[in-house]
Amino acid sequence: MPSLIDLSIHELHDILSRREVSAVEVTRAYLDRIGEVDPKIRAYLIVTADKALTQAEEADSRLKKADNITPLTGIPLGIKDVICTRGIKTTCGSKILENFVPPYNATVMEKLEAHGAVMLGKLNMDEFAMGSSTENSAYHPTHNPWDLERIPGGSSGGSAASVAARACAGSLGSDTGGSIRQPASYCGVVGLKPTYGTVSRFGLVAFASSLDQIGPLSRDVTDCALLLNVISGHDTRDSTSVPKDVPDYTGSLRPGLKNYTLGIPMEYFIPGLDPEVEKAVKHAVSALESQGAEVVEVSLPHTEYAVATYYIIAPAEASSNLSRYDGVKYGLRAPDYKNLMDMYKKTRSQGFGPEVKRRIMIGTYSLSAGYYDAYYKKASQVRTLITRDFKKAFEKCDVIAAPVAPTTAFRLGEKADDPLQMYLSDIFTIPVNLAGIPGISVPCGLNSSGLPIGLQLMAGHFEETKLLTVAYNLELALGRCKNWPLDCYC
Amino acid sequence: MKITISEIEHVAQLARLSFDPSEIENFNRQLNDILGYISKLEELDTSRVEPTTHALELTNAFRKDEVKQSLPVEKILSNAPEQEQGKFVVPKII
Repeated sequence: MPSLIDLSIHELHDILSRREVSAVEVTRAYLDRIGEVDPKIRAYLIVTADKALTQAEEADSRLKKADNITPLTGIPLGIKDVICTRGIKTTCGSKILENFVPPYNATVMEKLEAHGAVMLGKLNMDEFAMGSSTENSAYHPTHNPWDLERIPGGSSGGSAASVAARACAGSLGSDTGGSIRQPASYCGVVGLKPTYGTVSRFGLVAFASSLDQIGPLSRDVTDCALLLNVISGHDTRDSTSVPKDVPDYTGSLRPGLKNYTLGIPMEYFIPGLDPEVEKAVKHAVSALESQGAEVVEVSLPHTEYAVATYYIIAPAEASSNLSRYDGVKYGLRAPDYKNLMDMYKKTRSQGFGPEVKRRIMIGTYSLSAGYYDAYYKKASQVRTLITRDFKKAFEKCDVIAAPVAPTTAFRLGEKADDPLQMYLSDIFTIPVNLAGIPGISVPCGLNSSGLPIGLQLMAGHFEETKLLTVAYNLELALGRCKNWPLDCYC
Repeated sequence: MKITISEIEHVAQLARLSFDPSEIENFNRQLNDILGYISKLEELDTSRVEPTTHALELTNAFRKDEVKQSLPVEKILSNAPEQEQGKFVVPKII
């Protein structure tokens, strides 16, 4: 019999609801696993063992009475530390929020708690979700479970690494420019960024408000659909949340892709794309063809402008959002200041790390007097062109298939001194956020060094069901990953 | 467009940040790299393109103007670096 930590969420749900195992036993198995592997992976910023066991006991009493049991009742999850958790520190990977204890829960946390899910702890991330490697965490880097010398991707690096290392059954991350999909690809797990407005951002610490979305990371596509079912839905506390009914996303998990057209964007197969990644992606596309999909070529001509557009819009929004960290209401206040201005400057200069400062500076510069038209307005116009590209492409196809990232996971330190190179690793994920459409990363193989590669699927607004159908069929065609890492590496 | 050290100092002032002279050189180089890359957008003619500020066509989300329970003051103040008598304490301004 496989160990409890080897089971997916839906497999765990089956044995929990049959009372073959208790939620406390499952939670203990995960806490043991964290104790065993996390000193090497360092995916967690904080492990909330006592709270987890209390929540597991509550789940057990629900399971015992067969009262209000849902697919997440008693399932241990990890939460990215950008999501506010009442009474539990939420640092965003930043020193400026080192002691911040939210007095309220994010909407997604309320939803998970209502379903009886168990929180194991808060997961590491690039500071304020700014980064692609989790090396920008003010606390410590996280290591890729497939190769400890490598980064797990970012900014939701802890969320991806913990799922891959079986140190939680599933997790939540956030994605502003690829921060769920890129680490999911690098760690060989499933990661979905929903359509903008699908999941409430209430209680998600803001980075770039017009781009941010919370989404699930999981072992397989079925688990992804189960998590999405729970976290989606309209919320009056987020004015950008869309008033729309949530379908049962597990209903989209059907074999066969007859009547599906897959679009392949030629602009994603560029020099600089690792040949091994290209090979795995093309193999995945032919696997989807064998499931019945028709494949056509599509064009997204403004792809090459997406990174430049993003690095105006996201820092501009961030510079405004992060002005709230002023040493008054919460978070750090620097000691020894002369006056109010000095207090602001010292607090922010000591509390923020280099990447956050860089982005605040770019954002402030591009919004400053005289530069608005040349930068922010220009970028917002190019954003329209990028969105139009997708609309046009989706006239010819249901789902677009492409690489998630140009390479597999890089080494710790490899891009740390070159911010621009780091930014370019998000070239294939950023357009999705700018257009507000959903995107998913699904494992599609390993390279010759045994590192995971992800296939990215993209669909039109609110077409998550189509994404999940195609993702599910890829999993059927290729087989779910059986070689979970760490038995050999840790 | 190239950003100069004195512009960086001005922007830092606007952003309420300060930098050591030793940091600022490196920062200047990195910002110029990034802004150089961003200038790629100048290749595109966008004179007839409407800007997008929001990915979805949502208009204002109105709610009823009702009195509701808020979080208690002491909970809100519990994260303040300095507080007194139910208020945030800030350095003297006037």
